[in-house]
Amino acid sequence: MPLLEMTGLSKRFGAVAAVDHVSLAIEHGELFALLGPSGCGKTTLLRLIAGFEAPDSGRILIDGSDVTAVPPYRRPVNMMFQSYALFPHLDVAGNIAFGLKQEGMERRRRDARVAEMLALVQMQAYARRRPHELSGGQKQRVALARALAKMPRLLLLDEPLAALDRKLREETRLELIGIQERVGTSFLVVTHDQEEALGMASRIAVMDHGRIAQIGSSAEIYERPNSRFVADFVGAVNLFDGTLGAGFNTLALAVPGFAAPIPLPEGVDLPEGSAAALAVRPEKLCLSDAPPEGIAIAATVTSVGYQGGLSVVHLATASGQVLKAQMPSAKAAAYSRGMVVWAGWNTADAVLLKQ
Amino acid sequence: MSRRITAFRAAALALGFGFLYLPIALLVAYSFNGSRLVTVWGGWSLRWYAALLDDARFGEAARTSLEIGVMAASLALALGACAGFALARFRRFRGRLVFSFMAMAPLVVPEVILGLSLLLLFVASQGLIGWPANRGIVTVVIAHATFASCFVAVLVRAQLAGFDRSLEEAALDLGARPWSVLWRVTLPGISPALVSGWLLAFTLSLDDLVVASFVSGPSATTLPMAVYSSVRIGVTPEINALATVFLGVVVVLVAVAFGLIARQERRRTVAS
Amino acid sequence: MTIWGWRRWVLILPAFAWLGMFFLLPLGIVAAISLSQSADAIPPYLPLMSSGPAGLESHATLDNYRLIGEGDLHAYAVSLVYAVVATALCLLIGYPIAFAIARAPKTWRGLLLFFVILPFWTSLLIRIYAWIAILQPTGFLNRALRALGLIDTPLLLIYNDFSVVLGLVYAYLPFMILPLYGSLSQLDESLVEAAADLGARPAGVVRQVVLPLSLPGVAAGALLVFIPAIGEFVIPDLLGGPQTMMIGKVLWQEFFDNVDWPAASAIAVVLVALLTVPLLVAQRLLEREPA
Repeated sequence: MPLLEMTGLSKRFGAVAAVDHVSLAIEHGELFALLGPSGCGKTTLLRLIAGFEAPDSGRILIDGSDVTAVPPYRRPVNMMFQSYALFPHLDVAGNIAFGLKQEGMERRRRDARVAEMLALVQMQAYARRRPHELSGGQKQRVALARALAKMPRLLLLDEPLAALDRKLREETRLELIGIQERVGTSFLVVTHDQEEALGMASRIAVMDHGRIAQIGSSAEIYERPNSRFVADFVGAVNLFDGTLGAGFNTLALAVPGFAAPIPLPEGVDLPEGSAAALAVRPEKLCLSDAPPEGIAIAATVTSVGYQGGLSVVHLATASGQVLKAQMPSAKAAAYSRGMVVWAGWNTADAVLLKQ
Repeated sequence: MSRRITAFRAAALALGFGFLYLPIALLVAYSFNGSRLVTVWGGWSLRWYAALLDDARFGEAARTSLEIGVMAASLALALGACAGFALARFRRFRGRLVFSFMAMAPLVVPEVILGLSLLLLFVASQGLIGWPANRGIVTVVIAHATFASCFVAVLVRAQLAGFDRSLEEAALDLGARPWSVLWRVTLPGISPALVSGWLLAFTLSLDDLVVASFVSGPSATTLPMAVYSSVRIGVTPEINALATVFLGVVVVLVAVAFGLIARQERRRTVAS
Repeated sequence: MTIWGWRRWVLILPAFAWLGMFFLLPLGIVAAISLSQSADAIPPYLPLMSSGPAGLESHATLDNYRLIGEGDLHAYAVSLVYAVVATALCLLIGYPIAFAIARAPKTWRGLLLFFVILPFWTSLLIRIYAWIAILQPTGFLNRALRALGLIDTPLLLIYNDFSVVLGLVYAYLPFMILPLYGSLSQLDESLVEAAADLGARPAGVVRQVVLPLSLPGVAAGALLVFIPAIGEFVIPDLLGGPQTMMIGKVLWQEFFDNVDWPAASAIAVVLVALLTVPLLVAQRLLEREPA
């Protein structure tokens, strides 16, 4: 049985459907990410799971029992807030102990649990400090410890890394993964940063305008996006629009600018003549001086963006389409603005997207 | 902005505060005047403070006013905090319009109307059910609590408007029921409004002449009532001493309150 | 929030009941008593209805209102004028002060506001009494002017319109400054700078940008001064002359001096009726989320 199951969940605010018939299941012990641009409804969905909003329709089940009408203080779910929401009039230990006091845990066990949590987030020395004396990263640890203190079955994290600077983000990301594995609680992370989602989660749901666009593992979402939206939102991508037509054996995609129709990476059940697109990730786009054997198009280098170990070469085709090719900087050094090269890829490296 | 504007602003402040504080400064100065007359300066003297201490009327009246003030302020705090919270948090409920009118009107309705209406209520009630048998401290406390609670409600509402609701949600999320959230998170969070609300209610009660005159009885003369009857007879310099003592006490109280609030604000702005 | 549910009534009902019983109900009783007749009894009025030889007979009368129409209308008009003048002056004096505080460096603002509010927290009665000492013919102001050689004979500064208006402005100035400050402090600095950048000179900036945006504060302040000022008693009583007939004073005298409770009640009813429109406007203004 899944830990969390949502069926047909909807929530409107005025005329806008923030969450539109969402169905989703999260398993025990997994680190799940809810990814999407701002306004896609992910925060609303989080609040519905936590119990701060009541859905207009649909059900929420935790371990099989229906919690749709259950108030937030009775759900086995805890949340780590984006603003941390630490109680300013309590010290760190008091904040962490808050939930334990509410459930009536007796003093000795409570103190032991608080110490355990402080050790988990490595804040033992800060037990007596007040929230206003802590840095952003420290506040976050306390917020995490507080949310985990009650050993909830599901922990909701609202944009946990958004307020941190880049270096701290990396470290914190790894720490969160470590803590999740150690504690075994399911984590549901809401974020708009696809790098964060891809790096942390075992499974991701991409949301768009209140609906789930795609659910899958990080690799699936990245390598096999099922729509333009997902392909474009998660990572950079080169999109080639065309029409399905007759190929060598089966259907192929006729794209303007290419000499011949491009063979499809896999079978497709669309009729001939329908519009479709091929998605090629920048790291799969190969550049060569001479026209290669397989699929390729001529393009002019417009700029080379140095990013440290990797570089991104931007190109423009004759029709004006901008392409991006990513490669180790050593290789990218060979290219400069104005050079005409051939950009191509292996058939299997592309993904077919229906329009 | 140009220097002319800054000079204008400085002048506005100087004149404004001068206007506000001239009477107060004079009161304090003349409380130390050895001579009885305002027209003559008789050297520094504490005789009026001594006279004040000896004066039984003012002592008794001060005690009465303090008793009433503490009770009325505490009652006003309870009522006003409930009203302020309800109006700030519950957007729609049956009777909200009437409720918000009742919570606002006493702020501005002229005191003579408040006083007269309450007295008539007490008289009618006495006729009907025998209570209140005698008007005095209890009736004044009720009257003061009624209009002071509206001031408390305003302060509470204002502070709740800026209160971080995610703190309440975090508390709910951690298992606290709504009453627990209110008691353990919200009230501590708005404590500046509660402290300043109590002090404001206390001061309003201490300062009230008109309402108390209507609803009080022969047994309970408040300090303003004693001062008023004294002033009508003729100006006595003891009043200056009384005013200065009053001022001193209030300054200390208000400074403490502001200090507490400022400390809370500093904590709050850093916390988030 | 649905989370509160039925619990909200636990917070609402006690306060609702209290205010209903000790604010609204009394007003209703005032209206009722305004229809009764004065009597030599305790309490000093006839009950509205009593059982007489012919069954229930009513003692209700509109005499009190008739008397107001004959004698006291003047007092209402006078009170209105005083209140309007005081409000206008409070606005004129209070606006620059509020403006100056709002533009002061952040660290100063709290302190300045503290000093604006402080007088409000000390006894109004005593401060008004201080003005008597200042404005008297032998008072501080006259003596200072004489000492400076500006006048020969003392000016009549007290027990007239001047002192009453002065007292009103003095008492209600903080009530004007605070809402004005609230409005002005929210004014976005960048708006003022943008206006200046677009070529407006300082006076123009104030007129076209600052004033319109501070109107909510102006409205709130005006109502907080005007409404209570109309019914003010202490100031006309202490600082006004025998001919200063503000309606609050009239009510007091009818009640305490003439012991005519029904007449006082009628005066109160008419006063409340007069204030209904301003009260409703204040209700709408203050219902909008205060900052």
